[in-house]
Amino acid sequence: MMIDRKRRTLILGALTGCSAWLASRLALAGWNADAFHSKDITSALKGLLGMESAETSERIQIKAPDIAENGAVVPITVETDLPDVRSITLVAAKNPNPLVASFEFVDPSVTPFVSTRIKMAETADLIAVVQSGDKFYQNARTVKVTIGGCGG
Amino acid sequence: MSEIKIRAKIEGDETVVKCLMTHPMESGMRKDNKTGELIPAHFIQEVICKHKDRIVLKAALSGGVSQNPYLSFKFKGGAAGDPIEISWTDNKGESQSAKAEIAG
Repeated sequence: MMIDRKRRTLILGALTGCSAWLASRLALAGWNADAFHSKDITSALKGLLGMESAETSERIQIKAPDIAENGAVVPITVETDLPDVRSITLVAAKNPNPLVASFEFVDPSVTPFVSTRIKMAETADLIAVVQSGDKFYQNARTVKVTIGGCGG
Repeated sequence: MSEIKIRAKIEGDETVVKCLMTHPMESGMRKDNKTGELIPAHFIQEVICKHKDRIVLKAALSGGVSQNPYLSFKFKGGAAGDPIEISWTDNKGESQSAKAEIAG
């Protein structure tokens, strides 16, 4: 009896664990958890975009404040005149998880432009990665943060 | 509680879409000031933007995007009155969707 009950608890536990895992996998379908949880920029970009390396390009313009008084809200606009832009990815180099957001330009009618607001933990480079055709380009801009946006 | 505000208007040959989504965007790394405990992660992971019935832009976000995310993008070929639809899904599997017309 005792063994039986123990076994049942074990099986139940395993099943519950399994369905929780499944539910989280389903919720995450299409969202690259490994890349977004990565603490390393190179592996995050490789995991998300399959990027091995990127050439620096001044054709990527990053608009962001030189000094952000509040790291919780840093406006950033990225624009480029590179051809055939498939995606723009934003990285805050010193955030605990540097990969912040990625925008996929599904339709060619979309202008290679994106504007949003992000959190920055501390003064760091904001990196924009652009996929143009099969190639990757990047540019960076330093933003000085006076009050970090990731603390409590 | 949450909502999505969309503004879309034509500027030259482009439609400019500006969108504001009400969401806490908790990264899961922030501590509660009073209890010192971590506030559980709760953030939008995916945003899908449609012009009429075609997807034009897909965004994957992290908890590194500011609270109440702002997103602006532009595309060619929109006409006044065309519907723009924006929807999001967060890490808890919750989702929201809203529609607006391109202003003339």
